[in-house]
Amino acid sequence: MSDDGTDDATDDATHLESGEGAPVPDKETDSPQTRTDDDPRAVDTAQHTGGGRVAELSAEDLEPVKIGERRGMFGATRGQDTSGYGGLVTPTLLPGATPRPYGSYYDEVADRLGAALDASVGYEAAVERVVVDRGEMTVFVAREHLATVARVLRDDPALRFEMCMGVSGTHYPGEEGRELHAVYPLLSITHGSRRVRLEVTCPDDDPHVPSVVDVWPGNDWHERETWDMFGIVFDGHPALTRILMPDDWPGHPQRKDYPLGGIPVEYKGGVVPPPDERRAYS
Amino acid sequence: MTTHDDTIYDDSAPSPGLDEDLPGADPYGASVDDDTEGAAVFTVSGGDWNDLVDEATALHEERIVVNMGPQHPSTHGVLRLILELDGETVTEARAGIGYLHTGIEKNMEFRTWTQGVTFCTRMDYLTPMFQEAAYCLSVEKLLGVTDRIPERASIIRVMMMELTRVNSHLVAIGTGGMEMGATTVMTIGFRERERILRVFEAITGLRMNNAYIRPGGVAQDVPHGAVDLVRGTVTELRRGLGELEKLLNENPLLKGRTVGVGYLDLTGCTALGITGPVLRSTGLPHDLRKSDPYCGYETYDFEVVTRTGCDAYDRLRIRIDEMYESLKIVQQCLDRLQRTEGQPVMVEDKKIAWPAQLAIGGDGQGNSLEHIREIMGTSMEALIHHFKLVTEGFRVPPGQAYVAVESAKGELGCHTVSDGGTRPYRAHFRDPSFNNLQAVAAMCEGSQVADVIVAVASIDPVMGGVDR
Repeated sequence: MSDDGTDDATDDATHLESGEGAPVPDKETDSPQTRTDDDPRAVDTAQHTGGGRVAELSAEDLEPVKIGERRGMFGATRGQDTSGYGGLVTPTLLPGATPRPYGSYYDEVADRLGAALDASVGYEAAVERVVVDRGEMTVFVAREHLATVARVLRDDPALRFEMCMGVSGTHYPGEEGRELHAVYPLLSITHGSRRVRLEVTCPDDDPHVPSVVDVWPGNDWHERETWDMFGIVFDGHPALTRILMPDDWPGHPQRKDYPLGGIPVEYKGGVVPPPDERRAYS
Repeated sequence: MTTHDDTIYDDSAPSPGLDEDLPGADPYGASVDDDTEGAAVFTVSGGDWNDLVDEATALHEERIVVNMGPQHPSTHGVLRLILELDGETVTEARAGIGYLHTGIEKNMEFRTWTQGVTFCTRMDYLTPMFQEAAYCLSVEKLLGVTDRIPERASIIRVMMMELTRVNSHLVAIGTGGMEMGATTVMTIGFRERERILRVFEAITGLRMNNAYIRPGGVAQDVPHGAVDLVRGTVTELRRGLGELEKLLNENPLLKGRTVGVGYLDLTGCTALGITGPVLRSTGLPHDLRKSDPYCGYETYDFEVVTRTGCDAYDRLRIRIDEMYESLKIVQQCLDRLQRTEGQPVMVEDKKIAWPAQLAIGGDGQGNSLEHIREIMGTSMEALIHHFKLVTEGFRVPPGQAYVAVESAKGELGCHTVSDGGTRPYRAHFRDPSFNNLQAVAAMCEGSQVADVIVAVASIDPVMGGVDR
């Protein structure tokens, strides 16, 4: 469920048949904007499954997320691709929301999280979508509710994710309005090394994400690193300064618009260009 | 799912990123933050210590800030410790890192998935196999081939990882001993480590930075005679470890320096996300090899070593005992290697497995003559396939994966993201040293300056992994 091109996605959704996610009948499309608290069916579902959105996943939610596209047959850029068919456009699609059941212990985690969140901010508002891909569960959290979700995940005895294994940033310049992602791998030693991943997004022109340092103090350096490398500002961090790069370094090196740098190297009479200028196929 | 587009893709536009309007736009310029605002500064670099002390006491300053490192022999590489002292007591300790940042994660985004191994192996240079394993396991998860990794490849991986654990612990104890002034500990540690490096050289061709574990398996099978070599090495290592134990375990000097030093209890460890020997020194038997097994660890017989002292001494003892457990695993691996002799060490899928059939050629290295003869002489298809796979690499379906392994220092996690291309879209390593170094303040504040060295050594940080 991406913010970009909502109109297109809505159009697509209307003529897409979805087996699992039958939309709520009295609405044209299901989205956070159109969703209401008093929707009887949603309330029923939430009570049955402890906040799980079984019946509420719309076709739009299940759509994979487009983060960019690949052009040409081999993906070669810089006009080096002289072979194959150059007019090909292939979208790059990350997995979309997963319908229930998630499998493994993930249903239990989602139920418990839903029940705990409904007591405070509400599961619907806090959790954008849940993706179970390759046996790993990713919970996309609305950034304004990250602190609440984090606290619930840490403190609820049935969840007890007492360790946060840092935060890793990812930059998707092609995903408009959600360019920067912060990914938190959580670990619950109490429940036998259960793992869940939180993912928070923020747009490039408002790169703010609340800090989780007061929930997991060990994330201090990790958040500094992600600020350093991606320019995500973690609001509420005690001292958000650069950690790996020098204090006065301009730019954030891991962003996709930051060049790798390098110089051509001469070797046995030939010249090898720097890695980002070599022929590449991705 | 493809569509047609007539426009010609233009990627000649310059990429932004470096903003020239920002202060300090010259990335190689001097830092602007070196202002000490009229405070007295002493540079300690030889000379009579007493002269310096007299000069400093003449100032009648209560608070002294000592900048230890980044070029200091006892900070395990380029770690910078900023200590605020009140006499001999540390009132505040901060760690400054980043002096060895080499942009490995960024570089990996510009190389193929297989070449990525060559980069991540250089992160924590004392535990190359763990980075390789974590990275390859996450790539395999993205590819969806985790279940198809041949048994023999997993056995070799486990054996190499356990030898690496012994290697890393030996250096941790050796350098830790040296920093306390016990050079014999260091010489024994490095002597024993040398045996392991010799094994690595025989099996992978390199002593460090091996790039041996590859997505899909390992680069090549263990050479003829490797099993006997490792078996002999294990026996020698046991003897060496016994020597270390006699030297350390009940040594009153060592105990005086380490017992009760660098204290960090379970609450502190959990809050700071600390894993590895430091966490196990609080009595919690958390080990990913047991709790979340990978590479078939659930089939090996070994114990998770714990102690309850929460201090530097117990971490040292844990490391010693863990080495024995590792050797136990290595011996089980050797038996299994003998049983699986001749089985494949690379995944069957020829779209992933590198075609390299390495053998010793006339120049001492290279592809086997047989393979060269086939691709050059008889099979054009094989030649094309070899060329495409090596230059272009394989494609990995879009998505993300996080895989953690129990490194010698704690949880080493690898978060990889693929956009469906032949190169990692993002590869992030959660290095245990990076996280554990945050405990420096908690372990050192309130203790003596000399204890800082011991506490840092008990964390066993390797700056190559911390800064990446």
